[in-house]
Amino acid sequence: MSLWVVMIASGAITFLTRLSFIAVEGRVALPRWFHAMLPFVPVATLTALIAPEVLRPGGTWELSPLSPRLAAGVVAVLVAARTRNVLLTIVLGFAAFLALAALR
Amino acid sequence: MASRPDDLAPPAPERSPAAELAAGALRLSPLLVGVVPFGVIYGVLALAGGLSPAAAMAMSSVVFAGSAQFLLARLAGLGAAAPVMVATVALVNLRHALYSASVAPALAHLPRRWRAILAYLLTDEAYAAAVGRMQEPGRNRHWFLLGAGLALWSGWQASTAAGILIGRGLPRSLPLDFALPLTFIAIVVPMVRSRAALAAAAVAAAVALLASGWPYQLGLLTAALSGIATGWICSRRGARP
Repeated sequence: MSLWVVMIASGAITFLTRLSFIAVEGRVALPRWFHAMLPFVPVATLTALIAPEVLRPGGTWELSPLSPRLAAGVVAVLVAARTRNVLLTIVLGFAAFLALAALR
Repeated sequence: MASRPDDLAPPAPERSPAAELAAGALRLSPLLVGVVPFGVIYGVLALAGGLSPAAAMAMSSVVFAGSAQFLLARLAGLGAAAPVMVATVALVNLRHALYSASVAPALAHLPRRWRAILAYLLTDEAYAAAVGRMQEPGRNRHWFLLGAGLALWSGWQASTAAGILIGRGLPRSLPLDFALPLTFIAIVVPMVRSRAALAAAAVAAAVALLASGWPYQLGLLTAALSGIATGWICSRRGARP
């Protein structure tokens, strides 16, 4: 139930962001600081989500090099940096995760 | 005399709405090669994250924003508070204000309903495909944006549906929810191309790790804002890319 509320609120806020300057017919300019901080939004937000999932899942630190999540994260970072291929990154990262999870 | 040949070129003939619509859809179509796999991955992982097939499908038209949908699917699985989820979506979609400002002059003459429809369709891909046409003259150029937007919308809905069908066939025992953070890694790593971006990522990661026990995933929002501020300060100090 509450997920539907979140979904509709998120949809409304996304729509209003896209409508913003179109609605006022471009008569207002964006401030410079807005342009300057925008490139860092996805990098910071997604990294903030990734880091605990890899190193502190469920609130418990997992720093052993044999931790499936840590190993999968390292593999995914290396594959993404080298190939920039989303699907390959997911597949190889997930394969590393499954392999180490099976070893445990 | 031939020093400014641009002045001598005849003006481009005015294209009909149908021609603009088709040209917009055609310009967008190569981008579907990248979008369709993403839609399929979204469909599979939204189910793995605990969304019902109906919710996963509805999100693709209600929210209609790739990275925000992935985030919502994951945050729902982690039990984040509703205001935190909405605030996170607002943050990652702020960039659309930039697109809105960019196309606004070309759409200023349109009736309100037209502008609302085009705003709804203003995704990263539709903007990328149509921005060039929006900066040229032409009475029917808003049809170009409509064509690009509808092509992307259709591709996104179809690939989401395909992903949901695939996801329903996968065994429940597969811990696929961990594939979501891996997807985020695949998105983020190519973005880290400057020292300022690296600093933003490092600070966001450090704060997120320390604050991961905070209730309602408030640590996520704190970490994101800390990272954004760090990147912004570093870029103002002129850190070399």
